[in-house]
Amino acid sequence: MDRSLVVGGVIFVLLLAMPVVLPLIGQGYLTGLLIKAMLLAIAAISLDLLIGHGGMVSLGHAAFIALGAYAAAIGLEIGIENILILLLLTLALTGFVALVTGTLALRTSGLYFLMITLAFGQMAFFTLSSLAAYGGDDGLTLWTLATLFGSDIVQKGGGLYFVVLATLIATWWGVFRISQSRFGRVLRAARDNPERTEVMGYSVKRYRLIAYVIAAMIAGVSGLLLVQHAEFVSPALGTWQRSGDLIVVVVLGGLATRNGAILGALFLVIVEEVLGSFMHEWRLIYGPLLVVMVLFAKGGLSDLLVPKRSNGPVT
Amino acid sequence: MSTTLFLILCLNGLQYGMLLFLISAGLTLVFGVMGFVNLAHGVQYMVGAYLLFAFSALTGNFLLAVVLSLIAALVFGLVLEYVIFRHLYTRSHLDQVLATFGIIIFLNELAKVVFGPATLTISLPEFLAGSIQLTEQLRYPIYRLVTIGVGIFVALALFFTVSYTRIGMLIRAGATTPEMVSALGVNIQRLFMIVFGVGAMLAGFAGVIAAPIYAIEPGMGDNMLIVAFVVIIIGGIGSVGGAFIAALLVGLIDTLGRSLATDILSTLFNPSFANQIGPALASMLIYVLMAGILIFRPSGLLPAKGVA
Repeated sequence: MDRSLVVGGVIFVLLLAMPVVLPLIGQGYLTGLLIKAMLLAIAAISLDLLIGHGGMVSLGHAAFIALGAYAAAIGLEIGIENILILLLLTLALTGFVALVTGTLALRTSGLYFLMITLAFGQMAFFTLSSLAAYGGDDGLTLWTLATLFGSDIVQKGGGLYFVVLATLIATWWGVFRISQSRFGRVLRAARDNPERTEVMGYSVKRYRLIAYVIAAMIAGVSGLLLVQHAEFVSPALGTWQRSGDLIVVVVLGGLATRNGAILGALFLVIVEEVLGSFMHEWRLIYGPLLVVMVLFAKGGLSDLLVPKRSNGPVT
Repeated sequence: MSTTLFLILCLNGLQYGMLLFLISAGLTLVFGVMGFVNLAHGVQYMVGAYLLFAFSALTGNFLLAVVLSLIAALVFGLVLEYVIFRHLYTRSHLDQVLATFGIIIFLNELAKVVFGPATLTISLPEFLAGSIQLTEQLRYPIYRLVTIGVGIFVALALFFTVSYTRIGMLIRAGATTPEMVSALGVNIQRLFMIVFGVGAMLAGFAGVIAAPIYAIEPGMGDNMLIVAFVVIIIGGIGSVGGAFIAALLVGLIDTLGRSLATDILSTLFNPSFANQIGPALASMLIYVLMAGILIFRPSGLLPAKGVA
């Protein structure tokens, strides 16, 4: 049996137990932190589909989180409260934007791809900043939140923790299935040798575009849930530094490992919280930490748990 | 709109373009010659600005501060290269992104800790502070004209160096086939170091020049980095000439766009709509231009030969 399934299972059981355990040990506030980490993990798993499996290093992935969040927020502002309809809105917007920008960005690869996704991310950021009706630069506080057919199960007072956890598991499982499928194998083949894959009769570009759109839509969903958690949206969700954080999470956890993305997300949120409580200027440590990690520790956190299978280097 | 305003905008665009060129030139060489993704290039711009602030506070002499800042920026770039970047050249782009991202985070925070989060300003010495009469109705700040002149001078010097000197020849050869250059007995490590140092100095120089015009603040390099990316995509990676043309293009389009977009739109739509859409559209113009270039000329306006 695949060991990553076991590790994933253990992580999920632990996460499932947390809302019960944490209040018992008097650390109930940590569940909010865990929601944050899980949302980050959902987006990171989607980015890992691009970077780890597809070899496409995107520096604009956070833009899709922001777009998803804004689709939900604007939907709420105009009076749509059913989360399923908001979900459709989110998926439609992020999917459409990803289709258009992906078609353009995938005319290139490697370095160019990185810079173009960065530029598109900035475009999204400026567009959102200019939405004066929805708060502009300052963002928008939401006074009403989405419901599931009138039930508050998708809100913080209800079962948002479990909804986020369920989404995380669904994302984990979905990306696992994708990576195991023929589609996933073609994607990895195209990562390792695009010319050969092309010659074998696969349209590398089309496969990459589909992966790009899927990843964007997943990131959008994490944005939607983020609105439910934070009750606030702002263009800052989509800054390129956020995209950088996502890459940090993916690489920290180990490429092409979904468990790694979860561990990386937990690690980042905890580092931010712990270092941040020691010193206001925690970034003075976080920055060099990244450099040291790249220089000396390759393979990421998940290597410590699951020895790497043949997943080839990513360039 | 009056011709005078248009002229002023063009000059402003030209001046912004020169600034962009100084940043992009180093970035495009580092990309082209070393295939190295240096996100921290924008931070070097910020470092230049803060160095000028520190040195002019220290010495009280603007020109001396400029010279000291340039030297310090060069040294700073070389130290970064020696301590960190040198170990990353053979790594994947992903590693390079991550490590340089870490450097950005660190330096932005350091700037905040040392100089405070507020914006700082530097006042110009008297002989640069005034403005001169260009035409009957047009007075233009001397300092901005000097900036344009300096930009043109650097562009020419760089162009001459890359095209006609031995080191330039090696840089061009290194961009095409680094292994071959190395096999022919050239110390490629030292060549990289020189390119990197000069690139860092140019970015620092851009920061020095920009400091008296724009505000100095932590994170000021981040946006410039992204615009510099746009510039080198439009110009073609590794091409100094391309970077020059693209930088001017981007500078002009951005400056004109920001001032004119709302006006132009309000002749077509009602004013309140134009006021909302105008600024957003203006800040997107350069990205649209970039997308257009990618569709019709994916390798840029003046692609460097042999650069993948």
